[in-house]
Amino acid sequence: MTNKNLIQYIYGIADNSLILGQRLGELCGHGPSLETDIALTNISLDLFGQVRSYFQYLAEISKDEVTEDDLAFLRKEREYKNVLLVEQPNTDFAYIITRQYFFDVFHFMLLKKLEETKNVNLQAIATKSLKEVAYHKRFSGDWLKRLGDGTDISKEKAQQAVNDLWVFTDELFHLTEDDKAVVEAGHGVDVSLLKEAYYKEVTSLLDEATLQTPETKYFQKGGKNGIHSEHMGYLLAEMQYMQRAYPDMKW
Amino acid sequence: MENQEKMNEEKLKSLEAIFEAKIANDEKIEPKDWMPEKYRKTHIRQISQHAHSEIVGMLPEGNWITRAPSLRRKVALLAKVQDEAGHGLYLYSACETLGISREELYEQLHSGKAKYSSIFNYPTLTWADMGAIGWLVDGAAIINQVPLCNTSFGPYARAMVRVCKEESFHQRQGYEIMMKLCNGTPEQKEMAQDALNRWWWPSLMMFGPTDDESTHTEQSMKWKLKRKTNDELRQQFIDQTVPQANILGLTVPDPDLKYNNDTGHYDFGEIDWNEFWQVVKGHGPCNKERISARQNAWNKGEWVRDAAVAYADKQAAKKELKEAI
Repeated sequence: MTNKNLIQYIYGIADNSLILGQRLGELCGHGPSLETDIALTNISLDLFGQVRSYFQYLAEISKDEVTEDDLAFLRKEREYKNVLLVEQPNTDFAYIITRQYFFDVFHFMLLKKLEETKNVNLQAIATKSLKEVAYHKRFSGDWLKRLGDGTDISKEKAQQAVNDLWVFTDELFHLTEDDKAVVEAGHGVDVSLLKEAYYKEVTSLLDEATLQTPETKYFQKGGKNGIHSEHMGYLLAEMQYMQRAYPDMKW
Repeated sequence: MENQEKMNEEKLKSLEAIFEAKIANDEKIEPKDWMPEKYRKTHIRQISQHAHSEIVGMLPEGNWITRAPSLRRKVALLAKVQDEAGHGLYLYSACETLGISREELYEQLHSGKAKYSSIFNYPTLTWADMGAIGWLVDGAAIINQVPLCNTSFGPYARAMVRVCKEESFHQRQGYEIMMKLCNGTPEQKEMAQDALNRWWWPSLMMFGPTDDESTHTEQSMKWKLKRKTNDELRQQFIDQTVPQANILGLTVPDPDLKYNNDTGHYDFGEIDWNEFWQVVKGHGPCNKERISARQNAWNKGEWVRDAAVAYADKQAAKKELKEAI
């Protein structure tokens, strides 16, 4: 395992939190109720907190003099390694919740296994984050049940979101070449081994929510290798605006 | 019949006497206590106005969450806006104890019947506005709100204790943003000065019209909804804030601002009351956007709230069925 392998591996984890946190940040003040507004902002806050821990660690092991903000704001689009799922837009509350739930179940499993790796820094971040993510998963799972088994309208919207976002779930279990090297060295998690348990858990909740599990065999991928959807460029343009417009300043 | 009326009248008088005595003794009025209708109405008006201000106030700052310049600032801003949502939540709850529902209160906000602080009808154009809002707007809010920690209505007073603690943290955070800008590059300092120029006068307007124009002052003083007049509070804010601007090396945009050795206060220039009334009456730069953002969130969220209710009903029915078996 090279230093580069490890850095790329950590991007793969941290960028998911960064981009999903950014998406949730767009919603602040616009939620369907004050309570959900507060909860979604809270999840966004947790995710950014995790990002800071990962990036501070990355800045430490990086050969160049970089800060957490350089890593968050000054990379090119192809250098972000998040999965396509988390960059999907806030189409409506059903999409927001489904995207969250599909990610949270994976996130929780990943962190559980990350705690067991040899990398003490990643272990510590995982332990701290697990408590937060357990709450995220409960929140999004409970809401998906409410939407699925709520009214006819909410069921239709939830089913649409499940159908549309399902195609992004498979990528969660892909390993890049960097991931493989890090897993081999015992510093990372072989996510392909989480797949079966993931679909079992998700399908069981969808059943409970009286929603159909999609049967498609075709999935989307690319984010983990830096090939994103068209949504990503706009998300980054907004997120990087200050750092790009006012280079080298402290805030 | 006549006896009955007389008894009612006597009872009312004794209830009024108890109420007045409590106010005079600085005891709290609680939701279950008898209170005059006017007291109830005034409190619904003021507390809901305050709650609406918190919720609408999330929008101008929320506008910068996605563009915050560093992770640290982004986290702090998210937390701040979330605090405001929390304040809204306890203020709406305090208001609900007076016998009005949150839906009714929202309806009043969305229809334009209820007011909220006019300051939030100004746009946030640069990152420095996040500093200026924290420093000036939260600073002014604290001056308005600290006396309310001792107001006569219990739920409001208790909510305000928590709100004030968080607001003072927000104010320090805002000042720190300004400090960083003022110690930064010339471009950053210019950004800070521009923000002060745009937010100074609207912040002074946050204390409301001058005392001779203010309609609610006298009654509100009696009920401890107010302890100082609008003009006194405004003066306190100016006296406190001008030295802070000096430390930052910024210029307060008022050519008439001058320390008066005789009074021990700053004299200041005339507030543009035309602008004040224009914004209060709904014609400020962002009144329409703010209200429509709130209406939008509420209308688009209707199916979500309906789903939650339907789901809860189904769960309750299932539980009932299970228990019956």
